[in-house]
Order: sequence, then C-alpha cells, then structure tokens
Amino acid sequence: MAAFSPAQVTLNTAAPAADAGAPLIQTEALNLHYGPARALKDISITIGERHVTAFIGPSGCGKSTFLRCFNRMNDLIDSVRITGAVKIGGQDIHSPDVDVIELRKRIGMVFQKSNPFPKSIYENIAYGLKLHGMKSRSDLDAAVEQSLRSAALWDEVKDRLNASALGLSGGQQQRLCIARAIAIKPEIILMDEPASALDPIATAKIEELILELKKDFTIVIVTHNMQQAARISDRTAFFYLGELIEFDTTTKIFTNPAKKQTEDYVTGRFG
Amino acid sequence: MSNVQNSKFRAQGVDWASTFFTGLTAAATVFILTILAAIVGNILINGWESFSWRFLTGSADKDMFDPQKAGVLPMVIGTALRVLLMTVVVVPIGVITAIYLTEYAHSTALTTRIIRGAVNNLAGVPSIVFGLFGLGFFISFIGRGLDAGAVEPHWGKPAILWASLTLAVMTLPLVIVATEESLRAIAPGLREASLALGATKLETILKIVLPEALPGILTGGILAVGRAGGEVAPILFTGAAYYMRDLPHSLTDQFMDLGYHVFILSTQSPNIEQTRPILFATVLALLLLTLTLNLAAVLVRAKIRAKMRSAH
Amino acid sequence: MTPAPHNSKRTVGWMGIRRGHKARPAEWLAEKFIFLVSLTAILMVFLIFVFVAREALPVVLGRMNSAAFRPALPDEQVAKLNPAELRDYLGLTPKEFASLDKEAIQALIEVKKEEAKEAPKSPDAKLNTTEARYLFGPHAWSGEAGGRYIWQPIGTIHKYNLVPLIIGSLKTTLVALLFAVPLALAAAIYVSQLAPPWLKEWLKPAIEMLSGIPSVVLGFFGLIVLATVLQKVFGYESRLNAFVAGIALGIAVIPVVFSIAEDALTSVPRAYTQAALALGASKWKAAWQIVLPAAAPGVFAAVVLGFGRAVGETMVVLMASGNASIMSLSLFDSTRSITATIAAELAEAVFGGHHYRILFLIGAMLFIVTFLTNLAGDLIMHRLKGRLEGKG
Repeated sequence: MAAFSPAQVTLNTAAPAADAGAPLIQTEALNLHYGPARALKDISITIGERHVTAFIGPSGCGKSTFLRCFNRMNDLIDSVRITGAVKIGGQDIHSPDVDVIELRKRIGMVFQKSNPFPKSIYENIAYGLKLHGMKSRSDLDAAVEQSLRSAALWDEVKDRLNASALGLSGGQQQRLCIARAIAIKPEIILMDEPASALDPIATAKIEELILELKKDFTIVIVTHNMQQAARISDRTAFFYLGELIEFDTTTKIFTNPAKKQTEDYVTGRFG
Repeated sequence: MSNVQNSKFRAQGVDWASTFFTGLTAAATVFILTILAAIVGNILINGWESFSWRFLTGSADKDMFDPQKAGVLPMVIGTALRVLLMTVVVVPIGVITAIYLTEYAHSTALTTRIIRGAVNNLAGVPSIVFGLFGLGFFISFIGRGLDAGAVEPHWGKPAILWASLTLAVMTLPLVIVATEESLRAIAPGLREASLALGATKLETILKIVLPEALPGILTGGILAVGRAGGEVAPILFTGAAYYMRDLPHSLTDQFMDLGYHVFILSTQSPNIEQTRPILFATVLALLLLTLTLNLAAVLVRAKIRAKMRSAH
Repeated sequence: MTPAPHNSKRTVGWMGIRRGHKARPAEWLAEKFIFLVSLTAILMVFLIFVFVAREALPVVLGRMNSAAFRPALPDEQVAKLNPAELRDYLGLTPKEFASLDKEAIQALIEVKKEEAKEAPKSPDAKLNTTEARYLFGPHAWSGEAGGRYIWQPIGTIHKYNLVPLIIGSLKTTLVALLFAVPLALAAAIYVSQLAPPWLKEWLKPAIEMLSGIPSVVLGFFGLIVLATVLQKVFGYESRLNAFVAGIALGIAVIPVVFSIAEDALTSVPRAYTQAALALGASKWKAAWQIVLPAAAPGVFAAVVLGFGRAVGETMVVLMASGNASIMSLSLFDSTRSITATIAAELAEAVFGGHHYRILFLIGAMLFIVTFLTNLAGDLIMHRLKGRLEGKG
C-alpha cells in the first residue's frame, strides 16, 4: 500500500453512515447472460436502506447492467437471461407473481443521458403522478412543486413550468429527470452515471442533491468517476469483468482496499 | 530540374478516365431530372390554359368531351372520397402493425420475419392484381356473400367501398414502413424513462411513443394518399365509373375518378385534337394533387431523419 | 421493514409488489389485439393468392369448356345432369339460369339439339381452347397451313393463346430495363458516391419525386407526347408499340432501381472508400473498384425488383403499347401485355365464364412471378446488409 496516497480523493466526510444500514436490496449468486455471453458472474451483495451505494469499475464491467437488475429494466432486452435471486425488502423480484409495474413504481431511475419527455416541464413531473392515479389539479400542482423543490430546480423553472423541458440546459434536464423520479415517491433511486454528460458545476449540483436525497431515499449510483463515488457514497462496490471484486465502506475502498485489483483501479493504474 | 522538388505531390496528369466517368454518371442524373422536368413542364404548359376555376368546379356535363362545358369536380370529389375512405381503414391497421413490429415483436422470431416478408411482398404486388383481388375477394366473395342474406343494398357489384378497401390493402406497406421508421427514430431513452416510472408498455406507447411518432404516421398517410390518388388499375373493376349523373352518396355507389378520367380522355375521345386542352388540364389536376402530397411527405420525412440523426 | 417516513401509506412493505400478471387484463388484451392486427399483412398476401387463384382454378383443373358447339346429349343423359352441369351444358350464366323456369330450360335443351343437327360448322368450334396445349402451344386453325399463336378471345371461336401476351410483356419490360437500369445505376453511383453532400440532399428526393407521378400520367405522356416524338426521331410505322411503351415504362422503373441501388451503395461502409482514397485512388475509382463490387448483390436486387415493377405495370402499357396482340418479336410493332389484357378485357368478360377465368389465370401467373422476384430481391438485399454489417 506504500504507493497509495489517500490525499488523491476527497472522502465523504460530511455524513458517513456508521453502519451497514438495514438490508434493503440483496442479490444472491446473480448471473446474467446476453445470449451466450455471461455478463454478470455470481454476484452477491447486500445494500443498506437510506444509504448511498456507489458502483465503480472500468467501462464494460457490468455495473450498469447490474443496476438495471434491480428494477428489471433488463427484461426489455430479448436475449437476456438471469439466474440467481434479487430480493428487495425480502421479496424475490423475479418471482412469477411480482408485478414489474408495481416494482418500478417503487424504484425510481435516473439515466446516463438525460431523457426528459418532449413535453412541458410541468407535464414531465405530472406524467408519473397521473399514471398512478393522481387527478386533482391542486394535488398535482403541489406535488410538482414539491418534487422540483426537492430537486433544487424550483427556483430556476417556477416561471416557465409550461415551457418545453427540452429548452433546459443539460444539468437542469438531469435534475428534472431526478425530480420526475422522486415525484412518485419511490423508496429506492437508481442512478446510472447521472452526471457523466455534465460540466463540473452541474455535476456539483447533482452531487449536492444526492447527499440531500439520502435522508429520504436509498440511492444506488453507478459512476465511472471515482472522486464522485468517494464524495457522495457511504459504501462502494468495485466491479471488474462482470465480477464483484470488493464491497465495503467507501473509506475502506479508497484508503485501504483488501484486493490488489481494487487498489490498482482506485489509484488509477488501469481503467 | 529545379522544380522536381515542387512537383512531387502534383498529379501525373489529369485522370481522364475518372473525370469522364464522373461526368457520365452526373449526366445520367441530369438526364433523369430532365425527364422529370419535361413531363411536369409539358403538362404544366399545355394544361394551364384550360385549368380554370370553372373547369375545376364544373360538374361533368353529359358530353364530357366538350372543352367548353367539361368540368372535373365530380372526379375530384370521387377521388377524394375513395382516398379518404381508404385512409380511415389503412392508417389504423398500418400504425398498429408498425407498433407491433417495433414495440412488441422479437426481431428474430419467425412470426416477425414472416410479417416483414409479407409487408415487403405486398409492396411488390402489381396494381392490376390488386384489382383482380378486389373483384375476386371483396365483390364476388364478401359482397355476394352479403347479398345472399339481404335484399338491399346491393353489395356484390363495383362500389366505392370495395375500391377503397382494395386501395387500403395496396397502400398498407407504405403506412407500415413510414410509421416504423418514425417509431425507430424515437430515442430509446424516452421509453425507458416512462417504463422506469412504472408506466405499462401500453401507457408508454399511447402517451409517449405515439405522440412523438405523429409526423411519421402523417408521412405514411400522405404517401398512401399520394400513391392511391393516382392509381387506376386497382379501381378499374372495383368501383370506378365511366360516367355518373350524381355523386356517390352511399358506400355501394360507384364513383367517377380523376385518374380513370385521364385514361378515358386519352383513349376514348372521339376527337383527340379537340379534347386535348381538357385532357392536359385534367392531367395537371391529378399531377398537382399527387406531387403536392409527395412533396409534403418528402419534407416531413426529411425532418424525421434529421431528428433520428440527433437522437441516436 | 420500516417504511420511508414520507410515505406512511406503504405499511405492507415490499409485499405489495406481488400482485401477479393477471392484474392487468387491458394490457394483455391490447397486446393480443395489436398482434392480431399485425397479421393483416400476412392474411392479405394469402387472400390475394387464394382469391385470384380461386377464380382461375376451374381452368387449371380442366373444368372449363370454351367450345362454341358441343354435340347434343341424348335425353336420358341430360336428365341425369345436376343443375350446375346443366347450366354449363346450355352455356348460361348463373343469373340467366336462375331466371328461367323448367319449361324454358326444356325449350333450350330442344334448341340445343336443333343447333347440333345443323352444325357441320368449322372444326375449330368443337375445340376446348382452355386446355393447356391451346394456351401455350401453337395451333393450326382450320384453313391455315402452319401452327400459330393467337389471342382472340372475342368471337365465335375463343382463341386463348397466351404466348403473344407473354412476349408482349417481355418486350416492353426488356425495353424498360435497357432504358432505365443504366440511367438509374449511373445516377445511384453519382448520388451516393461522387456528388458533394449538399447536392446529394437535393438530388435524392428530386429523383424519387419521379415515383410520385401516377402511372396513368406516364401512360398519357407516352401516348400523347412520347409516341409522337419517338416516331419522328426513329421513323417507324406503328405509332404505338413496345418501344414507346417500354420507354414510358422505363420512366416508372427508374425511381425503383435508383432507390434500391442507392441504398445498397450507401450501406457499404465509408471506411472502404476512405481506405481506397488514402491509397491515392480517385473518387470514381473507389466507387467503381471498391464500392460497386461490395454492393453488387444489392445492385442486382435493384434490377430484379425493377423487373418486378415493369412486368406488373398496367396503365403505362395499356395506354402506350397499341394493344394489338400480334405475335411479333419486333419492338416496333404494336403489342399487348398480360397486364393490359386484364385491364382491357375483364370488364367485358362474362362473370364466371372461361374468358373471365383465363384473365384471372394470367393474373395469378403474374402474381407468382412478382412474388418470386420480390422474394429474391428481398433475400439478396437482406444477405447483403447482413454481410456488410456483420462481417464487413
């Protein structure tokens, strides 16, 4: 560990979680195949409630694919086959009587490329609410405002709620997508490299927001930016070639990793 | 000797063969465009003279070969009606098929490949065969089948309904292909965003995908109308009438048609020199209709393609 | 599991995701409905074949008899005939047959006998000309020395030889392809490989506008304008002929061949061209020596599909070819194609009669030919794209 300098990263010293949290998401020997190719290998992990958990690793290591197992977005790809179990709140989400729609209502997702609907800002937020049965205009108004405030976007857009969401800047669009996801009050938010396409200022805002959201939500974030993982997460998982190499507190992963591969990666020797 | 250094990267001389063949292919392109211009220009110049408001809004006189009296309003209305009726049938079926192919089907499944094969095949069936099909299926099978039970109305004969349905079968591939193209132009992220919010597939299609695909559906509709508007062969035995005193007022009536009228004026005129002006004017009316629709489709399509490039 | 504080409603915890698929019948129904509707295209191809073939079937099965005079049957045999056979024997349409009472039918049977007695007419009248040997082979009609191929469906003796029509279709198609293919391919090479990008943006839709001209307008153009011009230039005798029709038809074929060939050439990866250009080849040489061979199957498919379009086109040929069913190989004789024959004669043919069925027969033949050419064209294009995208 001699060559390793902890000064390279700023750690999440603001509010590091002391414990592993109450277990919320668990996978057991999860394997995922794309056609003949095995993309995830025997992954077992336990993610705590109201923690920020970061997945890091070089591109193509399977971290995004793994994230998409939690809300079964991989179902959309014909050739994907999954074995092993993903349990959320103790329920196996691949069980035949699980309603994937109900599952996704309770797990929000933010994507790498911001994808606001080509509708107004207001309609973007109201879309999910209306889907789930909110009809009254005043309820909708209140919920839209609350979500936009939670996403720290309200002050910037309150005067143009009916303008197209596509007119917002990249960072604003991504915060709108976060607002859209939290509007339906999920318990878990999955973030797939949410800041990868943003400039440093917009990225900082998103990170600030994540630390704020942590109070109410369980957040799992995929990032290729190690500094980001270090700044915002309580625990970090390192993936390499479809395998979970190491999963521990963020402090441990970045200062004293147990595995050589992890150390090589976080010190920038590869990836 | 002194400029050997400088001429190192100069061409060894003009590459005559390349220049010649590039010029030849360019000439072929220009020639094709000249044909297009010649056809459109010729019809425009010769047809403009008689292309008056009276001609467009005049009803067909008993003597439809009389340049002073002939009008094309009944033909324009007949064509418009049959095309409208066709659109009402073909657009929903075409759009739903395209939705199946892009949103539901497994791209490698046998059913998907057979559907695609059928669509491609339908696009290549000769128009006269559609006419035979309309006669053999819609009129003699369905129409006569309906007649067997009831007395009125009389279904087992050429009618605007059968002509429109025949055209709907013919233009189905156009609508499917255009809609599919626009569905594929929608960024996949939008669908994912909706599904991740807990929308069902159907909700995602109805609320996110279809509104975005509207321009493409429009293109498909316009292309179908443009193609069907000028088709004559499929309606020869399924509904077009040589002459009718009245406009069609029920689905079982026959109708006069602009394209068919061009055919009649070109081939049945008692005095071709005398009827020449109205012939050209009728062709001009038909050409304006179809070319305008095609131009509109080309423009909308160009927009969709530009969007596709930015979405992916 | 403690529920999130802001969401006290969810006291059941994650048990709530277990609702089962049957909770959404609307979704299930919609999917099935969409699937069923999407089968329309398959159904239609199937129905087209079935219903065109159905009308032609009696000819194929040898159930039609077009002989103008048939020997009268003895009374006891007539009595044994079922209604359909009796109707056929008397040569009546179903409508006529239904409108007659027993006495009238008896009278007709008598007339038939009388006719047969005084009928030492031409031996041709006894022939069933819907048999395959008369449809496809030459026949020496009475009073003629050698065998001839004649299509002459109207008259006492129905001559249904299809060879003149097939030759007619092939002649016009040949002229159309000879005219259209070189032009369309050259333009496709120019537009996809040689033209500057800004020009390409304009050229492609402009050429494709040609496909927006209705075929009846092209037929009109061939008949009224082209026929006169070409006759002046080439000085042949018959104003309307296979040549004029072929050129007009070629104009309809150009956009088909152009679009597919352009598509095939464009699908060749840019890297091929760039590699050639980097080696010092001119744009033309890269297009001719690298891109064209790579896209060759697609170009072939374009020609095949152009053939399908040409052979199936109706109005252009109907209007510009002169429509005389002369058995001739000369391009400058008036000619009659399969499609034009159907278009011109079906309206006059007796519904359900032999002429009607033979027109459906040639329609079915046409359908099969275009079905096969389309299938071949699509397969070739599919393979080509797979090859260029997969291994290319």
